[in-house]
Amino acid sequence: MSNVTSERKPNRPGHGGGPMAGMRAVEKPVNFKSSLVKLLKCIKPFTVVLTVALIFAVASTVFQIIGPKILGDMTNEAYVILFGQQIDMAQISYWGLWLVILYALGAIFNYIQGFIMSTISVKITQKLRSQISEKINKLPLKYFDTTNHGDTLSRVTNDVDTIANTLNQSLSGIITAITTLIGVSIAMFSISWIMALVCWITIPIALLLTSLIVKFSQKFYKQQQQSLGDMNAHVEEIFSNHNIVKAFNGEEKENQKFIQNNDKLYVSGRNSMFTAGLMMPIMTFVGNLGYVLVSAVGGVLVLNGYIEPGSILSFLIYVKLFSQPLMQVASVANVLQSTVAASERVFNFLEEEELTPDCSTPKKIENVKGNVEFKNVCFGYSKNKQIINNFNVSVKAGQKVAIVGPTGAGKTTIVNLLERFYEIDSGDILIDGVSIKDLTRADVRNMFTMVLQDTWLFEGTIRDNIIYGKQNVTQEEVEQACKNANIHHFIMTLPNGYNYVLGDESNISQGQKQLLTIARATIQNAPMLILDEATSSVDTRTEELIQEAMDKLTQKRTSFVIAHRLSTIKNADIILVMKEGNIIEQGTHNELLKKNGFYAELYNSQFTQKEGQPN
Amino acid sequence: MIKLMKYLSFLQWICILVIIVFTACQVYLDLLLPDYMAEIISIISASGTTSEIWNVGFIMLGIALLSSLCTIVASWLASYISAGLCRTIRQKMFDSVQSFSMAEMNKFSTASLITRSTNDITQIQQVYGMGLRLLFVAPIMAGIAISKIVGKSSELSWVTAGFVVLMLLGIITMFLIVTPKFTKMQKKVDKLNSVTREELTGVRVIRAFNNEKLQTKKFEDANNDYSKINLFVGRAMAMLNPFMNIIMSGLSLAIVWFGCYLVGQSMLGVEQMMAFTQYATMVLVSFLTLTMFFAFLPRSIVSAKRIREVLACKTTILDGEGANFDDTKKGEIEFDNVSFSYDDAKFDVLKNISFKAKKGETVAIIGSTGSGKSTLINLIPRFYDVTKGAVKVNGVDVRKQTLHELRDSIGYVPQRGALFSGSIESNVNYGIDNVLSSEEMQKVLEISQSAEFVNKYKDKEKHHIAQDATNISGGQKQRLSIARALAKNSDILIFDDSFSALDFKTDRVLRNELKEKVKDVTKIIVAQRIGTVMDADQIIVLENGEMVGKGTHKELMKSCEVYRKLAYSQLSKKELSV
Repeated sequence: MSNVTSERKPNRPGHGGGPMAGMRAVEKPVNFKSSLVKLLKCIKPFTVVLTVALIFAVASTVFQIIGPKILGDMTNEAYVILFGQQIDMAQISYWGLWLVILYALGAIFNYIQGFIMSTISVKITQKLRSQISEKINKLPLKYFDTTNHGDTLSRVTNDVDTIANTLNQSLSGIITAITTLIGVSIAMFSISWIMALVCWITIPIALLLTSLIVKFSQKFYKQQQQSLGDMNAHVEEIFSNHNIVKAFNGEEKENQKFIQNNDKLYVSGRNSMFTAGLMMPIMTFVGNLGYVLVSAVGGVLVLNGYIEPGSILSFLIYVKLFSQPLMQVASVANVLQSTVAASERVFNFLEEEELTPDCSTPKKIENVKGNVEFKNVCFGYSKNKQIINNFNVSVKAGQKVAIVGPTGAGKTTIVNLLERFYEIDSGDILIDGVSIKDLTRADVRNMFTMVLQDTWLFEGTIRDNIIYGKQNVTQEEVEQACKNANIHHFIMTLPNGYNYVLGDESNISQGQKQLLTIARATIQNAPMLILDEATSSVDTRTEELIQEAMDKLTQKRTSFVIAHRLSTIKNADIILVMKEGNIIEQGTHNELLKKNGFYAELYNSQFTQKEGQPN
Repeated sequence: MIKLMKYLSFLQWICILVIIVFTACQVYLDLLLPDYMAEIISIISASGTTSEIWNVGFIMLGIALLSSLCTIVASWLASYISAGLCRTIRQKMFDSVQSFSMAEMNKFSTASLITRSTNDITQIQQVYGMGLRLLFVAPIMAGIAISKIVGKSSELSWVTAGFVVLMLLGIITMFLIVTPKFTKMQKKVDKLNSVTREELTGVRVIRAFNNEKLQTKKFEDANNDYSKINLFVGRAMAMLNPFMNIIMSGLSLAIVWFGCYLVGQSMLGVEQMMAFTQYATMVLVSFLTLTMFFAFLPRSIVSAKRIREVLACKTTILDGEGANFDDTKKGEIEFDNVSFSYDDAKFDVLKNISFKAKKGETVAIIGSTGSGKSTLINLIPRFYDVTKGAVKVNGVDVRKQTLHELRDSIGYVPQRGALFSGSIESNVNYGIDNVLSSEEMQKVLEISQSAEFVNKYKDKEKHHIAQDATNISGGQKQRLSIARALAKNSDILIFDDSFSALDFKTDRVLRNELKEKVKDVTKIIVAQRIGTVMDADQIIVLENGEMVGKGTHKELMKSCEVYRKLAYSQLSKKELSV
């Protein structure tokens, strides 16, 4: 069975994509005001260009509005024929040419506006993303151990894209919409105030109906998302555990559950789709209502000589121009809310507490020997639960420390403290007599080479991965390191050898990855070593290779080994026994056996069993 | 998309016809409005009375209302049909996947099957809903409008047609330019995502190697690439709006300008010219929405294709007819010269395996990764079928039994302790029709070494299990999945490397418990630890799909080189007690 990545995309509402855009459930920001202010601050450097864009937006809208008025004049000119006069074609052509220029200019202005806005939104979001990435480097490891990666990822992409969309489309759209509403109103009043008032009747109707529809459709949309979530969760569970369902004859049970979910999804999906789809006919109706009112009232007015017939045509176009921005203005609240909610998440991340800065006058250790001392070390992952109490141990240069304990005993804690991934609460860790707090983090980490079981390799060539710890090395050194790590031969069998690109589809086994990380560590050649021994997830032959490579790596280095193999443990100078996060025993193999404590129990239960003889 | 419509019921087909009728009515009514407007102009020209105009006005109002009602009915039906159709498709998909054997599951991959039955169906549901409305509007609109226009002025019809063509050309060019960039953009987003994920998952290694700067540079490169293409697409898309405006305004202008000329030549009435501007805009808008619809289509066509692939795939494991069992052979498992290869593979994963497990025996299977251990075990509950030879359970070839009776006789514990969301109780009871009594439940929990942690919960076995059982540890999951298998009280228990998530001590105690408390049950154990298999009645050593050793620990230490090597790599000579 393939494992399904547990990184689920959160179902966050975004807008811009999809046919139901603008109809989605709106997520509300916690602190609307302060987040909005922060967002505005991001836009501030672009104030000048932004103003230019808005001026162009207004200008193009104004042209858009003057157009129908001239068109009406042209029609009026045609009307003279009803009274037996000749149409003045010269005049019509004059107006026509003016309109061509006007429309062309309007389009150009409109484009300039769009060009500027899309540029600004890309620049701002590019910067936000960079800030997020830089922030990642400044956060303490605790943040990553306690938050879901998918969540941070979605801030980089989804949330930032939501902001981009709003800046790009909604912002100028709203400005245009408001300009249009005002401009069209002015134009209408200048032609006939009665007709203008008649058109205005449609505004409250439109607003009322839209907000009603949005309210309903959001309710149903939420229901739909809920049942979709249930459905997805069930399907994911069943499909990923296909063999279990089969082995336990669970098909019928699951099918009943599926039918239930499917029915719920059907009803909510149908309702959500219908209510969202109501927007169009209702707005068409409002548009048509305006159309009818203009035609009828206009007709009556013309008949009574208040306005000219061409004005009806102008109004007909105005009514159309009117209904579109009305919808936009009605939805502005929602767009703004979801954007501010998105930027709130981004800003919250950017404001997370950072690492304490390195010591301002750091010491340097020349020629690291590798004496390590833990002095009264206390540590807990959370403030109210201390797991390591007053721990003392002194490790001489070149010694081997084995860390043992059952699964989940917190063996990586020692790694976290040595590499300064986490800071100790009290006490001190000394390297060659110098407290690691007085060194820069970079220097501390340079003293250690680390090989973890989680074989993290990145997308790139094998060579790039191996020289990850030390960039300026020759090909010979790389090959020598790989030979030491027993992986050179394998690399040579790959297409392109050292330039083979590691990626999702590359055919590298877990064991081979492990060897690559050993090669990477070999190149780094640091005076001390942190090693996580492989468990049995690789085949025997590869395990032999790994073991041999690891043994080479530990030679002449102070090494801390999370040990699973008996030989490593027995040969260790110091064994640290961990249970439930705490170091409960320490000593050599023989000392600990004599003590007859937890280690002895562990050792006896796993290794000394005889056939049919429980201990 | 169209092929999937075979799942529509008769009633739904009728509804589609009704939609067409209602859409036609709506379009017809919409297009009546300009006619009535023209009539108002005529009344004005003829110096009619105010009440005449009001009468026409009321008729128009009625028409507008009716037209909206038609739209609402049509869109209700469209939602009803598309949601209904997708419910059917979803059920068919689910049935299909449920019938799949492991071979088909692997062919598609679980992740892909999940997206296919969720996202892909949601995608096509939306498009069906839109399509059922928009697809009919534009042609009907064009048809009726053209019939009206052509009767009135062929010259203006040509102008309109010209603008429609111009608009279509513009939009098509636009999409031709932008679509490939969209694909590229998706790749850049993926890259950005993968670099960020790398930064997050590798945070320990990055910091240990002091490579924050290198990583930042990588991110910046990805960010720049993505922004660059975003900029291009953004600027290109910014053209769409002005272009549409100029086409719309241009059409009105062209009709009025040219219309005035025609009116001057007495080839056209003024009121007709005005009605014409309305028709023309409507036609243009309906074509516009149609193109927008087609812009959505490619993605859903891909979805539809992915769905049809699943529906078309038939399982290779068919139910047997049912068999008569010989009670004396209950609990027996026999591999009779079994070979197995995956569909498209050249090499056999298992070659000529023969062994027999008698009732109550423990048979262990050991070998390195990729030696075929799990594959061998998967043949017993018929997750796969053998290529050659036969697997017999309870004395009968598994292919002759119904899947239900076969699987009823097997308690299976997977490699990964997979539990379902619900409670501890619901998980343990998963394989049985009625629930365990509380004594039985306690017993099962005790044997599986779960009682200790389960009883620590306030609500004991009623304790909630989250999805993917994220609220309990790997070892606890494994123990509960053993309890689930025990609850079935079956003749056979299969452990697919199920002990590796347990610490050595629990592993040991658990196996002793199994030996004592369920001694009549035949046990097949796959393992990598020598310690786990040492005391089995029979050990089968696999290497590269071949059986290189069969016997007890003592025998194998003497006779089997592979076994000996494996043993020495894990335990010392003394501990192996040779």
